[in-house]
Amino acid sequence: MNPARPGAEKFDSPLLQLDKATLRFGGLAAVSDLDLSLGRNELVGLIGPNGAGKTSAFNLITGVYPPSGGSILFDGRPMANRKPHQIARAGIARTFQNIRLFASMTVFDNVRTAARLHCPRGVRNALWRGRSFRDGEKEISGQVMELLEIFQLGKFHAAAATSLSYGDQRRLEIIRALATKPKLLLLDEPAAGMNATEKAELMRLIQFIKDRFQVSILLVEHDMKVVMGICERIVVLDYGMKIAEGTPAEIRAHPKVIEAYLGD
Amino acid sequence: MNIRHAKTFLLGALALGFLVSVAASHFNSYWLFITYDIAINVILAVSLNLINGYTGQFSLGHAGFMAVGAYTAAVITNQFGDLNPFAAGAVFSGALLAGGALAAGAGLLVGIPTLRLRGDYLAIVTLGFGEIIRVIFQNMQGVGGARGLSVAHGWTDFFWAFGAAAAAVYVVAALVHSTYGRGFLAVRDDEVAASAMGINPVRYKVTAFVVGAFFAGVAGGLYAHSKQFITPGGFNFMQSVSIVVMVILGGMGNTVGVILAAVLLTLLPEFLRPIAEYRMILYSLLLVVLMLARPQGLFTFRKQGDAK
Ligand SMILES: Nc1ncnc2c1ncn2[C@@H]1O[C@H](COP(=O)(O)OP(=O)(O)O)[C@@H](O)[C@H]1O
Ligand SMILES: [Mg+2]
Repeated sequence: MNPARPGAEKFDSPLLQLDKATLRFGGLAAVSDLDLSLGRNELVGLIGPNGAGKTSAFNLITGVYPPSGGSILFDGRPMANRKPHQIARAGIARTFQNIRLFASMTVFDNVRTAARLHCPRGVRNALWRGRSFRDGEKEISGQVMELLEIFQLGKFHAAAATSLSYGDQRRLEIIRALATKPKLLLLDEPAAGMNATEKAELMRLIQFIKDRFQVSILLVEHDMKVVMGICERIVVLDYGMKIAEGTPAEIRAHPKVIEAYLGD
Repeated sequence: MNIRHAKTFLLGALALGFLVSVAASHFNSYWLFITYDIAINVILAVSLNLINGYTGQFSLGHAGFMAVGAYTAAVITNQFGDLNPFAAGAVFSGALLAGGALAAGAGLLVGIPTLRLRGDYLAIVTLGFGEIIRVIFQNMQGVGGARGLSVAHGWTDFFWAFGAAAAAVYVVAALVHSTYGRGFLAVRDDEVAASAMGINPVRYKVTAFVVGAFFAGVAGGLYAHSKQFITPGGFNFMQSVSIVVMVILGGMGNTVGVILAAVLLTLLPEFLRPIAEYRMILYSLLLVVLMLARPQGLFTFRKQGDAK
């Protein structure tokens, strides 16, 4: 590839770059002056005690709240002040700390709703129900079932999403996010409420997702031991500020991190 | 409803409506007019169900959209209905569509500023909108003001009424039963999660309002050409409430249930007619009892709303 080609440098630039990103709620800075950079196909852990601002950082990146300051670049484009659905279309998908599935829908429909992102057909198509509609629906349906099968949820496709076990609901949320074909996947405490075996299994799954779908993953976890095994790099937040960043070994030995977690 | 046969259903309903309208002279005209009421209420309830049931908004202004359609269609047929006796069907369909279009425009006008509002606030604003529409017609002397407007042509018949009802059912069902249409339910279930999946909630809410208002307008046109006399008072707050009741009773977001509820609630007052003065009391009591006994809606049998 010719390195002089315009746009080629995009591949060297980070996928996601936060520069002094800040989110304030009244007097409280939930995230303050956060610098964060994430490469392509990289898996980074974002850890910190409860209330450290991890979820707020996700809400900032996904546009749930506009930043009170700083900038957010994704794929070289500014994301600040874009609407959540625009950010999703740009290629950022997420799960939620408190599971937020579409409660009235089936497992299949939860994923199908997200898969629509890459299918521009709308009102007229649905009303006319012609060939292109049927082909489109069939294609989406195939994609959805394939995704569900990969995660062994195919047999539950017609079940109500809320009837799944807690662990399966968490996995369904990940599948739903993947259905948007993201470049960046944000996972907010996907292991919450799981026992040690389930957590270990989930971490293997996350690694698998990264390789299979070629996505970058930012993984929030409260318990730092869980992410140590799979993340190449870890960022530690406390009181909205980044207090440390480095390899798992560096983080484990970092005095500020030890202090933050002892105080937790 | 099996949507795969939806187009067949639509054509079948139109054919049946046509056959019945041809044979209409053999039917008791009192009951015939009640069937028009049924069809009109089905249109109103099914279209409101798109807004309140599937999209989870709380609109209390459906009678306002109905009024816009009724007056628009009536003025058009009063003006152009006698021009050419052979073009009656064309004039009527044009009038109904124009009524629907104007109502849809009103839906867009209400929809856009109200989208930031939720629940009770949205209900209050749409209620206010409905009342404003009513007051505007009350003060428009060109259409009779508070005295009302005579509609020259009683063109609403079985074919038009049930054809329009079938079209409304088809449109709402076809929209909702598609990957595109799952977005309405997603917005209702969890707006934050929906937008995180790339769904634009504003777009879906406005679409629901516009489509819902369009059919309310068509229903208004049919109503005007069935009663042949309309007054602003006929489109008051109580009318909006009675449509909301049909949607709630049928089960929010359950098209078949809402259709059944519209039929039931149109017929109920007729059956209660013999006990004249206690009629409304009994009607209200029945509603209270039904709501208490089946809060999920009379005709919702599955626990999960609308699975497929
Ligand atoms: N919507 C909000 N309004 C006000 N304060 C908030 C809001 N969301 C989070 N916070 C506050 O921001 C801080 C960080 O919260 P959060 O990001 O949820 O932490 P974490 O996910 O790391 O546990 C907490 O003090 C929390 O109370
Ligand atoms: Mg959190």
